[in-house]
Amino acid sequence: MKVRNKIIGLILAFLCSSFAVAADKLSVVASFSVLGDITKELGGDKIALTTLVGPNQDSHVYKPTPFDVQTLAKADVIVVNGLAFEGWISRLEESSGFEGVRVVASKGADIIDLNEEGHDEEEHDDKNEHTKHNEHEEDDHKESADEHLDLDEHHHGDQDPHAWHSLTNVRVYVNNISTALITADAANKDYYQAKKQEYLVKIETLEKRLAAKVATVPVAERQVIISHDAFGYLGRDYSFRFLAPVGLNTQMKPSAADVAQLIRQVKTQQIRALFVENVSDDRLIKQIGRETGAKQGGHLYSDALSAKNGPAATYLKMMEHNIDTLINELQ
Amino acid sequence: MIDLIFSPFVEFEFMQRALFGCLLLSINGSLIGVFLMLKRMSLSGDAIAHAILPGAAIGYFFAGLNVLAMTVGGLIAGVLVAFLSGITARKTQANEDSTLASYYLCSLALGVLIISMKGGSVDLLHVLFGSILALDNDTLYLLYFNSALCLLGFCCCYRFLVMDCSDSAFFKGVSKYSGYSHYFFLFLLVFNLVAGFHALGTLMAVGVTVLPAATARYWSNRIEGMLLIAFVVAIFGALLGLLCSYYLRLPSSSAIVLWLGVFFLLSVLLGTQGGVLRRIDLKAKPYEELQ
Repeated sequence: MKVRNKIIGLILAFLCSSFAVAADKLSVVASFSVLGDITKELGGDKIALTTLVGPNQDSHVYKPTPFDVQTLAKADVIVVNGLAFEGWISRLEESSGFEGVRVVASKGADIIDLNEEGHDEEEHDDKNEHTKHNEHEEDDHKESADEHLDLDEHHHGDQDPHAWHSLTNVRVYVNNISTALITADAANKDYYQAKKQEYLVKIETLEKRLAAKVATVPVAERQVIISHDAFGYLGRDYSFRFLAPVGLNTQMKPSAADVAQLIRQVKTQQIRALFVENVSDDRLIKQIGRETGAKQGGHLYSDALSAKNGPAATYLKMMEHNIDTLINELQ
Repeated sequence: MIDLIFSPFVEFEFMQRALFGCLLLSINGSLIGVFLMLKRMSLSGDAIAHAILPGAAIGYFFAGLNVLAMTVGGLIAGVLVAFLSGITARKTQANEDSTLASYYLCSLALGVLIISMKGGSVDLLHVLFGSILALDNDTLYLLYFNSALCLLGFCCCYRFLVMDCSDSAFFKGVSKYSGYSHYFFLFLLVFNLVAGFHALGTLMAVGVTVLPAATARYWSNRIEGMLLIAFVVAIFGALLGLLCSYYLRLPSSSAIVLWLGVFFLLSVLLGTQGGVLRRIDLKAKPYEELQ
């Protein structure tokens, strides 16, 4: 009896305290785990943060829950990536009647245009308009994303949304988010600015370390086969050549022709490592590795952080882990 | 032409491995398939192949993509189902077909249950499809061992098995070994299906066993003849299937089984032993007399 009373007491105390704290703090919602982590670093203990798409979850195919609507309705600030990465977020905002500060973290960042690289199959005549009118851009993308969502979950529009894979861009993210926090909660301005400086220093330290690490491998040898197209920014920053595996996709059972094609590709282009994560049958990748001498790479994190005890629990750790994994395979 | 046939196997090691794996599977597949057909148990082979699923799934969860763990798991599940159904049929009034169907359905359901319970990031269904294009050393060793065991088993027990297949009632009357030979055969069958499962997946593994034997039946009346024809058919099906997969971008295991299917259909039409066209030609001779 005594024990039970104690437990109930504890639970009540805990609930009360969490409500009490939540009332004081700025309520912030981040759309996915990477933004959540950055926002947490910038807001520290002055904000109550909710992340909609958690670690190891896929933002592309996320289906918002009624609970998310509730959370968003009460929020003061929402942090989204933009560039049509979260196709579902505009509908969520509408249905929740959200009226706080909305920050598009990627605004002003140096974005890769997929059309220029010949990645995208669609032609957009209004491409120049897009870059001129930055404000309208978001809305355009929202619409197109909504249309595309039902057809093809992985279609992002004509700009590569995975901009957080560049530390330079994340400085822009940091500025955007921090400014929004200050707008919404001017009383703690000094605190947020101190936090921002602290985080920018961390980013700079990491940047130097990663640059030194990458420099150990000559540019000519920095080429790997990679299945996920999320690493365009990493490739741009560190001169990696990321080649898509030819022939393999997850939907079909591979034929001998597909495997042969991939082996030829690895041989002729002198690839030293394969990161083919989307193919669940890793026996096949091992066989290709045996036959070509290319190594099978470890796991890279792209659209979500790992769980707390994983190798990429925070944004900075994720960047470090990805570069370490890539370089270790190439050395 | 000859170049078209040989070049994929010269250029790519995985093609060599696939062909070699198919050769090993053809040896014991044709052996077991012919006896399976003569015992009128072809469908039982299919049922037992499904029964392997939960064992392989459990093995996979304990040790990952480990050939040994999945083999042991699959063997236990397959043997358990085959023997339980045999014993139940012999000790109670039920027939073996109904008991086998009951046990294999339970086993299959259990397998699906286990898979969906642990449905994590890796899709086990992909794993259970086998990978003829990625035969590693462990899998090839297993196929070697399986072929050796099968050949040895058939060398030692050939006469018992022939007796059991051709007239099991008579065999039961004159020998106390009839039960043993049946269970020994079932064990070889399960082992063969588990090995085939690693290479071709649960569903396709039965194809290499059943189809060549069914084809051979249309061309020979003698067991030796059927064994030889079944083996040749199996190995040609595998070769053509792999080449089709290479040149026409088809999934390999389906291509192999479909070629075996083509051979079967051709034999149904043209076979010298009761093929459709032959029977029309010979009108006077009913099929029963040919046997």
